[in-house]
Amino acid sequence: MNAEPAIELKGISKAFGPVQANKDISIRVMPGTIHGIIGENGAGKSTLMSILYGFYKADRGEVFISGTKTEIPDSQAAIAAGIGMVFQHFKLVENFTVLENVVLGAEEGARLRPSLSKARKLLTELAREYELSVDPDETIEELSVGHQQRVEILKALYRKADILILDEPTGVLTPSEADHLFRILKGLRDEGKTIILITHKLREIMDVTDTVSVMRRGEMTATVKTSETNPQALAELMVGRKVLLQVDKVAAQPKDKVLDIQGLRVVDDDGVERVKGIDLNVRQGEILGIAGVAGNGQSEVLEVLGGYRSATGRVTLNGQDIDLTGRASDGQTRRANGICHVPEDRHREGLILDYFAWENMVFGYHRAPEYQRSKYLMDNRAIRRDTEEKMARFDVRPPIPNLAAKNFSGGNQQKIVLAREIERDPELLLVGQPTRGVDIGAIEFIHQQIVELRDRGKAVLLVSVELEEILSLADRITVMFDGQITGERLAADTNENELGMLMAGITDTSGAA
Amino acid sequence: MDFLTLIQILDTTVRLATPLLFACLAGLYSERAGIFDIGLEGKMLAAAFFSAAFAAITGSVWLGLLAGMGASLFLSAVHGLASITFRGNQLISGVAINFLAAGLTVLIAQDWFQQGGRTPSLAGAARFNEIDLPFQSALADVPYLGPIYSELISGHSILVYVAFLTVPLTWYILFRTRFGLRLRAVGENPAAVDTAGVNVIWLRFVAVGICGVLCGLAGAYLATGLQAGFVKDMSSGRGFIALAALIFAKWRPWYALFACLLFGFFQALSFRPDVVKAVLQFEIPGQLMDALPYILTVVILAGFVGKAIPPRAGGEPYVKER
Amino acid sequence: MDVMPKWADAILIPILSILISFFLSGLVILYLGMNPFEALKLMVTGALGSTYGWGYTLYYTTNFIFTGLCAAIAFHARLFNIGGEGQATFGGLGVALVCLAVPWPHWTLALPAAMLGGALFGAAWAIIPAWLQAKRGSHIVITTIMFNYIVAALMVFLLVEVLKPEGSMDPATRRFGDGVALPKFSDIFGLFAIEFSDAAPANISFFIAILACYLFWLLVWRTKLGYELRAYGHSESAAAYAGISPTKMIIVAMMISGGLAGMMGINSVMATDRLVLNSVEGAGFIGLAVALMGRSHPVGIFLAALLFGFLYQGGGELALWASIPRELIILIQGLVILFTGALDNLVRMPLEKLFLLLRKPRSEEV
Repeated sequence: MNAEPAIELKGISKAFGPVQANKDISIRVMPGTIHGIIGENGAGKSTLMSILYGFYKADRGEVFISGTKTEIPDSQAAIAAGIGMVFQHFKLVENFTVLENVVLGAEEGARLRPSLSKARKLLTELAREYELSVDPDETIEELSVGHQQRVEILKALYRKADILILDEPTGVLTPSEADHLFRILKGLRDEGKTIILITHKLREIMDVTDTVSVMRRGEMTATVKTSETNPQALAELMVGRKVLLQVDKVAAQPKDKVLDIQGLRVVDDDGVERVKGIDLNVRQGEILGIAGVAGNGQSEVLEVLGGYRSATGRVTLNGQDIDLTGRASDGQTRRANGICHVPEDRHREGLILDYFAWENMVFGYHRAPEYQRSKYLMDNRAIRRDTEEKMARFDVRPPIPNLAAKNFSGGNQQKIVLAREIERDPELLLVGQPTRGVDIGAIEFIHQQIVELRDRGKAVLLVSVELEEILSLADRITVMFDGQITGERLAADTNENELGMLMAGITDTSGAA
Repeated sequence: MDFLTLIQILDTTVRLATPLLFACLAGLYSERAGIFDIGLEGKMLAAAFFSAAFAAITGSVWLGLLAGMGASLFLSAVHGLASITFRGNQLISGVAINFLAAGLTVLIAQDWFQQGGRTPSLAGAARFNEIDLPFQSALADVPYLGPIYSELISGHSILVYVAFLTVPLTWYILFRTRFGLRLRAVGENPAAVDTAGVNVIWLRFVAVGICGVLCGLAGAYLATGLQAGFVKDMSSGRGFIALAALIFAKWRPWYALFACLLFGFFQALSFRPDVVKAVLQFEIPGQLMDALPYILTVVILAGFVGKAIPPRAGGEPYVKER
Repeated sequence: MDVMPKWADAILIPILSILISFFLSGLVILYLGMNPFEALKLMVTGALGSTYGWGYTLYYTTNFIFTGLCAAIAFHARLFNIGGEGQATFGGLGVALVCLAVPWPHWTLALPAAMLGGALFGAAWAIIPAWLQAKRGSHIVITTIMFNYIVAALMVFLLVEVLKPEGSMDPATRRFGDGVALPKFSDIFGLFAIEFSDAAPANISFFIAILACYLFWLLVWRTKLGYELRAYGHSESAAAYAGISPTKMIIVAMMISGGLAGMMGINSVMATDRLVLNSVEGAGFIGLAVALMGRSHPVGIFLAALLFGFLYQGGGELALWASIPRELIILIQGLVILFTGALDNLVRMPLEKLFLLLRKPRSEEV
């Protein structure tokens, strides 16, 4: 503890309107270490790092870089101070090449050619040094997410960053890609770089960091050496109380097949085959989980079943064929058939953020007869009444039907969607990322509701990129990789390691070969 | 149709394509930077009026050109303020600019000249006159190549040549310079540009400014080159046709040249119903000929564009987010 | 949480934006060598100082209500229908054809038929750009502009070559005759023994426009279709999830939009007894300003249309008495569109800060 900290923040506060995102945060990050920052969604981690990178201006507080007080009004200043950042959503120009992306903003001279050829040389060196090889002439949209992330790291290194901040870097990676990333990070640390790793995954903190700081509701609650703590203690610090990491449920009692999928293929708008002929089925009284890294075809399966993406193959619901391309292939027909859907992205799909809660509570069911006053007019009073009841049953707070959806917290928004879909008592419930961006209290409630539906003998198809969630919520797990199914397990008979292998595309047979 | 008639029509095509080309390239800079601009029409109109007015007052077409660019730049600044600084709707801002120009030009024209919303006719140094390229009369008698050189290539005003030279220049700037790289990037993903330490707001304002300069040239050519003075609403939809050409050209400079020549050709045909009649063997009503460029614009937008992918961040104001 | 109360968003911001537009217009009038307050006085006297003035003001208002609703329904589906002008022109043709085709015995029979004709023609002129947008991805802003130019040429052709009565020099149809003459304000108010200038063109269409406002409100906020249109306008991806067809939304919204513009013909064509060139007189474009200013709500649209009716009639008076060209109205229209539409945040941002300041003391008590 004799060296100056690489970064020291003193008393940082930041508010967005009435919301206090960061409250009086102080932290010291020592050079040549990997420093983890852990906290729930919305704890204020990303805001803090965005302040450090000049994206937001702090209301109060000071930043010291290697002992010198530094003002960071914009990204340019952050880069000059030796800070590089890898955002959760990559900031890359999709139709530019790797080389162009790396050079962008760090060009030398007005003409492009010399900068590009110089960057090419440097890139090769960096790639060799840190196991970061990518083809400089490939365009970003042709790269896998893992490689895109490498480009982001290369961008930072090309700008001679000494401090590297990574925001939730493993969200889009397979477990083995994540391990590769961690090897790279350790290599960088050993070269003397300082690394800040922001995550909500305890495993990553324990695996790779030297020091860890915990954030909760905009405040820094503790900073400890990783070697001197354990996951349980960190989880408690994160949430502020003891957490149940397991879902409370009895064993499933599957009965008849509700959903049967055979040879499902999906080609997206760009002509890329996203789902390459899969077979699966879901039975009454069970939750089937589809595990996989984001972007391996799971979303497309949900969209096809939800009625807003066309596909080929054969799908039956309780023995009846479902139209996959024709006139009867739309969300309205699916709902009428008894398929309800909690979509993966409630902001993009599940809700109209500017609509009131009561308008959202019938979204997709607005043509149902109970909501009509006459042939032409909707019965808004009945809808409001209905909404009040559902809000009470699902403990939505505040229970005000006349409030726009955007004014509810993530957890309460999700409860609105869930109430809408579950209360229709569907034959088959599709659920995508049910707890993304939802606080822990609401997570338990949401899991409980899904299990209850299962126990009423209904079928649930769950898609989640959170392995933990799949393992604790699903009864049977099927794994997708690159549009194909790489394996199926009973939740009780498998573990994270085994599923991780399947998620990386190492199937039972190819693993042996 | 004989060879000379063809040359004449092509000659008219070049003249009529020039303002389209300026406006189309203006839109290209703006839209490549992620700022949609349906105010090209208004900027052209304002530039047409102010260039003609100042040329009439001062007797110098060059001062007129400066005034025209100034007017166009002012409207660009308004568009930038609305769509970059205040993150307003770019389409609405463009529409507003078109009306501002349509109203102001007539109001001021009436106040200054009292000629029912026109400027006085321009002549001599108050106009961009045709310039003869070297040897044009000597080569005129060479079969085929002679007329092509002396009629088609030679004998345009300087702005025509400027317009055609702007095409390779734009290509070079866009694809071979640092500025071009940043400009294209900011239209695709401004967040990438911002995090790379480049000022998005400034970059977009520069793009909108270049758009203003080029619209100024378009308008000035209209009133002081193509015609000899300003008349009310003289841009008559050229700004929109230029936009259609831009989409047809998939936001690329060389394609833009060909798209503008194509639209210029349609406009040239509408001036020569006799030729159209001779070729088609039946008469087409004059009004249909007038509407032809607009109809073909729709047809092209409907059919031949295929998958034109506009700059991905186009039309969206940039808001920093995590 | 919303920073501002609803009333500030719906009323205060538009009013402030309009004041800015008027202030700038005043500066222009000053530049043109006239005292803006004198100009205003002249406009008020000319537009509101007599039943004759009111008659014209409300006649224009009627046009602008229809075109304002036309723009607004498209806005609700996040479509920018700049083709109201062309759709109103074509709708006017529809009205004229209905009036000419049958020797109508009485206006009560002719009016519903003319409304239907206008609406059908207006919708027809909107459906092609709508279809191209939905199916081919052609930018609706550009295609509707092109359709404005195309219909203008078409009308010249029809009025000069086809519909002009023999021997006439005017590019206009023959007079429709008494059978389709709509009751004017002088007739209607006469029933209640109130005197109203019979030279002014305001007529029963004004009340039909008000009825259209009410039906518009019902449609947008009380029907399934309105619910779906607004949902599609807010979020295309969410609409797809809910099983709302984007193609259907685009085409239906544009047809209603074009239909509303076309219905303007009962006022601008039927009530003026014949179809002339440029019968729309820019009302289609003014509709954009009216819809923006009125926040796409019928009450707001009615008030904005009234304001523009006043400006239009007052501007005409100004052109007559003060040699300020009618184009002043186009300038004001541009300024209103700019400040209520594109520069909304210019007023909103400072206002939001103000409201935040005012609210802080309270939230700290909690």
